Amino acid sequence: MSTGTQVEVVMPQMGVSVSEGTVTRWLKQPGDTIELDEPLLEISTDKVDTEVPSPGEGVLAEVRVQEGETVEVGTVLAVIAPAGAAPAEPPAAGPPAAAEPAEAPVAEEAPSAAEPVAAAALPEPPAPPAEPTSPPAPAQPAPSPGGNGKTFVSPVVARIAAEHNVDPGAIAGTGQGGRVTKKDILAYIESGAAAAPAPVEPAAPAEAQPVAPPAPETVPVKAGATAPAAPAAPAPVPAAAPPAPPVTPVPPTPVAIAPLVGEQEEPMNAMRRGIAEHMRRSLDTSAHVTSAIEVDMSRVVAAREALKKEYQAKHGVNPTYLAFVTKAAIETLRDWPWVNGEIRGEKIVTRSYVNVGIAVSLEEGKGLIVPVIRNAQDLNLLGIARAIADVAERARTKKLMPDDVQGGTFTITNPGGYGTFHGTPVISQPQAAILGTYALVKRPWVVEDALGQDVIAIRPLMNITLTYDHRLVDGAYSGGFLRDLRARLEGWGDGDA
Amino acid sequence: MAEKTYLQAISDGLRQEMRRDQRVFVLGEDVGVYGGAFKVTQGFQEEFGANRVLDMPLSETAIVGGATGAALMGLRPIAEMQFADFVSCAWDHLVTVAAKQRYRAGTPIPIVLRLPSGGGFSGGPFHSQNPESSFAHIPGLKIVCPSTPEDAKGLLATAVEDPNPVLYFEHKHLYRRIKGEVPDDRYTTPFGKARVHRDGEDVTLITWGAMVYTADEAATRLADEGVSVEILDLRTLIPWDREAVLESVARCSKALVLHEDTKTGGFGAEIAATIAEEAFEQLDAPVRRVAAPDAPVPFAPTLEKAFIPQVDDVAAALRDLAAY
Repeated sequence: MSTGTQVEVVMPQMGVSVSEGTVTRWLKQPGDTIELDEPLLEISTDKVDTEVPSPGEGVLAEVRVQEGETVEVGTVLAVIAPAGAAPAEPPAAGPPAAAEPAEAPVAEEAPSAAEPVAAAALPEPPAPPAEPTSPPAPAQPAPSPGGNGKTFVSPVVARIAAEHNVDPGAIAGTGQGGRVTKKDILAYIESGAAAAPAPVEPAAPAEAQPVAPPAPETVPVKAGATAPAAPAAPAPVPAAAPPAPPVTPVPPTPVAIAPLVGEQEEPMNAMRRGIAEHMRRSLDTSAHVTSAIEVDMSRVVAAREALKKEYQAKHGVNPTYLAFVTKAAIETLRDWPWVNGEIRGEKIVTRSYVNVGIAVSLEEGKGLIVPVIRNAQDLNLLGIARAIADVAERARTKKLMPDDVQGGTFTITNPGGYGTFHGTPVISQPQAAILGTYALVKRPWVVEDALGQDVIAIRPLMNITLTYDHRLVDGAYSGGFLRDLRARLEGWGDGDA
Repeated sequence: MAEKTYLQAISDGLRQEMRRDQRVFVLGEDVGVYGGAFKVTQGFQEEFGANRVLDMPLSETAIVGGATGAALMGLRPIAEMQFADFVSCAWDHLVTVAAKQRYRAGTPIPIVLRLPSGGGFSGGPFHSQNPESSFAHIPGLKIVCPSTPEDAKGLLATAVEDPNPVLYFEHKHLYRRIKGEVPDDRYTTPFGKARVHRDGEDVTLITWGAMVYTADEAATRLADEGVSVEILDLRTLIPWDREAVLESVARCSKALVLHEDTKTGGFGAEIAATIAEEAFEQLDAPVRRVAAPDAPVPFAPTLEKAFIPQVDDVAAALRDLAAY
């Protein structure tokens, strides 16, 4: 698109359930020239981190949202002016600057990202469209103080959120402008999305009536006149009011305190918040148990050595140990479908396919994302190695789409690269299990020699853990899975694996 | 138990009080020989005699002043204003004397002021008003606004028994339009207890008087749209049932106050403010008011219809609240 007029860059809609995003980095500064589709900034949402390409060409005239700020989808982030245009006016003088309708609604990736996601069972928030054309930019409501730039939270929603320790921002709202209503948050809590004690409705405060001096019915009247029998006079007194229930204990909520001497503060980005919420929720949901096996990887090491050159030369792919373990695990899941299953309400769900999630660390260990390889059961070793390399690369370059991180049925995490030999990872909800692979190390190992005698050999050993949800998977079942997985890896090349 | 009009229920209640208690008498303009402008006291003079059914001169000051004096002397007067609008002529006696006598001298003033009020029949600016909020502001007065025949009779009995001045607002538009079962025996309906006119769970609608029926029609429409409206008929404004309102608001979290009186300074403002003060953390939307605009009641039927809150207006406000 040639930028004949000003173009507004808005926070794109990254998936149906995403309502806000954080600007993590501006790749251009005000005054820089920019081409159409050239990366302009990086954003972070609950689902993915991604680059936003420029919707027009010209000069970055104005940046309205600074790095670290979180804004609603549809918020204008920047304005791109035609090349050679006068420098941007200060934002306060806004009306003329933004009077032109926004031509480019959203970044290039947004349309496909806005498509329905099959696995998303969440109620859809109405997708806020790009800025309405008529009101000039300053009409955009300023984030209310303390509101963190989110939509208005009503008093009752705020109270319920505090009582249940729920972040209203994590709930899809059905009220005006996507506002979270009381019904929304109650449904969210009822759905079990937030494990919390049942609410205790505080009773309406009891109060004495504000009536002016009511004369008691028995007041003496003129002598001789007989006062009628006094029926209940409406003179409510505080004692007649129902006793107030005990005050509801409110779970402690973090109070904003200034950093102490020697402490530094930084804002928590959307990914961190998402991880924090998900990890806590997973531990509150599943009964985590971890079992471990030691696997003699001699055959895998040999197979990898044999394939390495060919894979790299012909396909540009490195056959990693992770690819071998993934392949073997997917094969093994066929026989142990509950490990690839899910508890959904009162039902147990199993599948004819495996969507395997691969945990990828980001930002020097300060972030984590789990892209999903769909229908991994259809891939051979080469296909898996290639898919792992692909999603890891796209995760690190922030090119994942929201669909890439949804719909997983089983997850593999590989902290072994750092030399760790054991761990207890947290299950990615609503899955039933997560496989951990650890450092491949040479160890003295008792094996049988050709004469059937025990001898000590040097073997490449890998510890593999299965952390499973004991609500669904029992120890014997997980043990069977691990036993078969080990058999596949130790017997690599013998059978079908 | 028999089906009666709202007007018959008031008339029967009056007759019952006069038969029961010799101290009770009625006074007003044309209440005697003529039987009242709306025929509420028709036949009363024949039954109770001219000494207990007093035709008064065209002076509301004299009527309320006389009633106040009679009450001081131990009687239980029921005074009729031909139209509620004209009670303003008696402001001084009502507000300065009757309302404060108990506080100043310790003597009760058990008077009932019957106030035919409300519009809807092209009565114009002098014969259509709902001046309840003016008197709700005066400590020492009680205010009653029945909407059903049963409550009209029961609240009248309670008003007669009450030792304080009670302003009994009877809505003219309900007189012959509304019918309902009314117990034959004497009974009292307590002050300060709202009546749940309709159960609901999405929006609380607080109203009284003729607006109860407007509210009900609007709620029926909203029910078709899947919104459940709870209607509270306050029945009495002083005292008013805060507990019932706050309890309902705690459940529904959205509230609309509806009255036929004009908006600014109307009693709805008191209710809305109380909800904001005491149920703030229960609210999921701003409290809404639907009321007449701040203007005199117009004569012309089309203008009056635009002035008095209609079913469409209430339904629209409910819809907005439900969607908020």
